[in-house]
Amino acid sequence: MDKTWNNKAWFLVLPVLVLVAFTAVIPLMTVVNYSVQDTFGNNVFTWAGTEWFEELLSSSRFWEAMVRNLIFSFIILAIEVPLGIFIALNMPKKGWGVPVCLVLMSLPLLIPWNVVGTIWQVFGRSDIGLMGYYLNAIGIDYNYVQDPFDAWVTIIIMDVWHWTSLVVLLCYAGLVSIPDAFYQAAKIDGASRWAVFRYIQLPKMQRVLLIAVLLRFMDSFMIYTEPFVVTGGGPGNSTTFLSIDLVKTALGQFDLGPAAAMSLVYFLIILLLSWVFYTVMTNYDAER
Amino acid sequence: MNLDFSWMAWTWPTAAFFGVIALLLVGMGVWEYASPGGNPRVGVLRFETTRGDRLFLSLLGSAFIHLAWLGLVGPSLWWALALSVVYAIGVFRYV
Repeated sequence: MDKTWNNKAWFLVLPVLVLVAFTAVIPLMTVVNYSVQDTFGNNVFTWAGTEWFEELLSSSRFWEAMVRNLIFSFIILAIEVPLGIFIALNMPKKGWGVPVCLVLMSLPLLIPWNVVGTIWQVFGRSDIGLMGYYLNAIGIDYNYVQDPFDAWVTIIIMDVWHWTSLVVLLCYAGLVSIPDAFYQAAKIDGASRWAVFRYIQLPKMQRVLLIAVLLRFMDSFMIYTEPFVVTGGGPGNSTTFLSIDLVKTALGQFDLGPAAAMSLVYFLIILLLSWVFYTVMTNYDAER
Repeated sequence: MNLDFSWMAWTWPTAAFFGVIALLLVGMGVWEYASPGGNPRVGVLRFETTRGDRLFLSLLGSAFIHLAWLGLVGPSLWWALALSVVYAIGVFRYV
């Protein structure tokens, strides 16, 4: 590869470097500094070494939150991906139905996270919420404030409602890019509906599905606002995910040292996942 | 203008840590200047990596080695550091 001799390009990159320094590098350095110290406020710090990391790695609370996060991600992927494919396959490919469906599918994605949480918090209430009230009226004992199972069901349904559209839109984009010639050839060969899906549509959707799975996994692994607004991490700690636990430690208990250590471990996990995401994507492109 | 960074709670060990990271980045810059192109190759992971990728993998892997050592063995991290150096050499040699 040739050297780049146009050094003026560095000046164009400079604003981004300054911005990243202020929004990412300096906060990250501060978190690293906090993670090896203890403070009781007033900007007075005492050295703690690796104490917070040892405490964190032997903490059942941290590992339980991690397991909850992984289970949550697994469940929503298991629901959203097949459901997204199913809806995309059944959406109209031409006519007035296309824009209508696309707008309807886009609506949940346009709603801010905290508003989604508030909607479902009210929707699920057994006294005034449409869903909670009628579930109780037909004899189902539903109360997401007191029952961990109900809380999980509510959060999962909320996430499915909010984010399946993303999978649908990505799959739909993959489907409409398939040339008609493929379907005509399949028709001539007398291929069944399943064969068309298995050998034409699914392979053509592979790339967008990969993006959808990885985006949804990373996003669900970092979920905070919606479950925080709906359940606040409860009942008990049953819906306390890593991000909620982190905020409770940092802002609720003002334990900045342990919270910083937790942030760094969480950051490393996300960094690892991002690298896997980037590597899989770039290698898939290279193979094509 | 008085630039006060005391709120960042700097310590000598963390300053040394970031100093080493900065030196590594400068070193990679010099290496790239001397030998442009990033030396891409396909290693044991069966996909192409540049020397920047290999540094990233070394640093990320080292972080996890230190965490695993802290969680499984104990607070003395010198052996974890030695293991990380061996791991980084392995990454730069074979990945």
